[in-house]
Amino acid sequence: MKHKTFLWFVLPSSLAMLLFIFFPLISILVQSVYVAHDQVIVTVENCGPFGCTETTMIDQGATEALRREQPLGRFAGVETYLDRGHLAVTEVGRAWDAAQGWRDFGARMLNLPFYKAIFFTLAYTFVVTPLTIVLGFMIAVAVNGAARAIRGPLIFFSLLPMIVTPLVGSLILFWMIDARGIIGSALQEIAGDPSLSVKASTPLMWIMLMVYGVWHASPFAFIVYYAGLQTVNKDTLESAMIDGATRWQRILYVVLPHLLPLTTFIALIQLMDNFRIFEPIVSFAASAHATSLSWAIYNDLGGETRQLSSAAATSVLTVLGVAILLSPVLVRTWRDFGRR
Amino acid sequence: MKMMKMWKSAALASAVAVLGGTAAMAGCGIEGGRVSIVGNEFPAIQTVAAGAMACAGDGVEVEANLTADHQKINVAGMQGNPAEYTSAIIANSSIVALINEDVIRPLDDLVAAHGQDIPKQQLITIDGKVMAVAFMANAQHLVYRKDILEQIGVEPPKTYEEFLEAAKMIREQGILPNPVGGAYAAGWNLAEEFVNMYIGHGGEFYKPGTAEVSINNEQGVATLNMLKALSEYMNPDFLTHDSNATSAEWEAGNVALMNMWGSRTGVLMDSEGSTPEVYENTAVGAPMTVAGGTIPASTLWWDGWTVAKNVSDADATATFIALKNGISPSILNDETMGQAVWMIEGYQPAPVNAGVFAAMEMGTKPYPMLPYQGLLHTALGDNLAEFLQGKESAEQALADVEAAYNAAAKEMGFLN
Repeated sequence: MKHKTFLWFVLPSSLAMLLFIFFPLISILVQSVYVAHDQVIVTVENCGPFGCTETTMIDQGATEALRREQPLGRFAGVETYLDRGHLAVTEVGRAWDAAQGWRDFGARMLNLPFYKAIFFTLAYTFVVTPLTIVLGFMIAVAVNGAARAIRGPLIFFSLLPMIVTPLVGSLILFWMIDARGIIGSALQEIAGDPSLSVKASTPLMWIMLMVYGVWHASPFAFIVYYAGLQTVNKDTLESAMIDGATRWQRILYVVLPHLLPLTTFIALIQLMDNFRIFEPIVSFAASAHATSLSWAIYNDLGGETRQLSSAAATSVLTVLGVAILLSPVLVRTWRDFGRR
Repeated sequence: MKMMKMWKSAALASAVAVLGGTAAMAGCGIEGGRVSIVGNEFPAIQTVAAGAMACAGDGVEVEANLTADHQKINVAGMQGNPAEYTSAIIANSSIVALINEDVIRPLDDLVAAHGQDIPKQQLITIDGKVMAVAFMANAQHLVYRKDILEQIGVEPPKTYEEFLEAAKMIREQGILPNPVGGAYAAGWNLAEEFVNMYIGHGGEFYKPGTAEVSINNEQGVATLNMLKALSEYMNPDFLTHDSNATSAEWEAGNVALMNMWGSRTGVLMDSEGSTPEVYENTAVGAPMTVAGGTIPASTLWWDGWTVAKNVSDADATATFIALKNGISPSILNDETMGQAVWMIEGYQPAPVNAGVFAAMEMGTKPYPMLPYQGLLHTALGDNLAEFLQGKESAEQALADVEAAYNAAAKEMGFLN
């Protein structure tokens, strides 16, 4: 392709990326290094249906002047990144000094919101991603082996979990795992413990979130693998059969190597997606048991007083986290590219 | 979707009004303008919004967006110029965020021109300026099952200690395994329960005259221990139960005692969504005191409306008149009367409202209207669940709340 043609070809998507990815990134970067001005507080009388009381409020006149001078707020540098809500440098140091052994240090770290969130986020990412890939592959092989007549409906049903909106899908599951729901009561029956509750137990809630994650994402892996399976060389397969290879051996030595690049692609997308886990935590009302970085951003913005700088700092840290997570895969892709 | 629903119910409301012959004139005397309301979603607010929407027509546009997530969008929706929302329906906690961001206008001139007949006690006056018009009062108070309390032979509890004893008896006599209900969902609801109970213990949230939090004290620990004692009589899922889920538990007949919002008792006592055994035996009582205190472990709330700063004077006038129509005596009928403790002329208290009246008589404190209270509320909501799950001590949980609050207050410029 000529360079000029290429340029025109990618121009729309580059523009879109500039507008919707690059500029917002700059915006959160800037927001995260500024914090609100020191508030000018005045004591005022507040009257209403329940009588009058002395209370305080922000002096808007004085704040207005401050805001006009420095509209972005007070420059704080990396202050927000280092505070307790984020990297918590001081608190980690203190935990290190006070901790008796690794277990205790771990427990103290998990008491800090950022580390608690990242612990769950990473656990979720590294459990759900491989399971999604394996399950997706198994479904693809199974559907591919099914009789042609029922393949269409099979594909449709296999795709359903992905079609259902995450919020709705997890809400349905949330009702089913209720102590009085179908799965919840079944679990009580199996365990023989009438007080067993998925929503009240942290380990069970984690398992539930991960099961949901795999359920929701495997159709994606399935459809990519299914498309890949259509391109497997028939001649190679047939010659393998003539050589006496079993079905299992054919999958292991012919199909899997052929699908390896697709696996890299799925892993890349799934790592990114899973690292940003958010909807199930809201739908499952699971924040008492599990929080993620995205949930922390949502929580900062959802309070009665919005904490924009804190949310922006968490966003930047999330972007960095995704970059670190993807770097091995990206480096690999780059090397493969160079080899060719 | 919600908007669609509101449009429909407004149409219905105006149709009913026309049939009843008490129709307000189309336009309510507004010359023209845009009215756009954002607010919480519960029956009383739906009634007010429907009343305001009756003013639509003749060049007056009225729409309402009522959602439980209203406070996530109202500041953003009023910061633009012109603002998307010309009015936010808020309560005494959520008005603070609007004042902090300076997005609502003083109403003195509008009151002078169009609102002379609004009783003075409904005007929320801050630093001498009218910032909102309140239309209803709300509080959390006791809700109990008459039949079950009779069965165990005790009077409705007046203190949380009696409440626990009754709960124990109900469980021990095998009537209900988890007799206590409560909106203890991690987040806003749980924080609200802490605020109630801490006030009941006579606690002060801040060092006097400052924004420095001080809840890691005797009262704080006692508060948490009481919340935990209560939670042991609740459905084990209690940390996921908000007011809606708690109401559902009540209507399902699984709960016999709870501390619940006055604005929600109407739904519990009507014949919808429940069996006669439950709704006929649902009764309300006064808010309870705790640990020998005299101030109820509850908070008083008002709900009211505001007018956005960044809208034209014509839109502001239209908004003021439409909402004034939304809280006029004409909105009161058999159905709407019991929805709230209305501050509207012609309001007649129904039995369902007795709890809120009792709360006012007992000198319950209003929810604190401080610029930094929202940050403390968020910090409480995020850090108390671990104590209730038995994962950490009360002191540790309170220390975490203080640390989280300090970090947030520094970022927002309240502490340095």
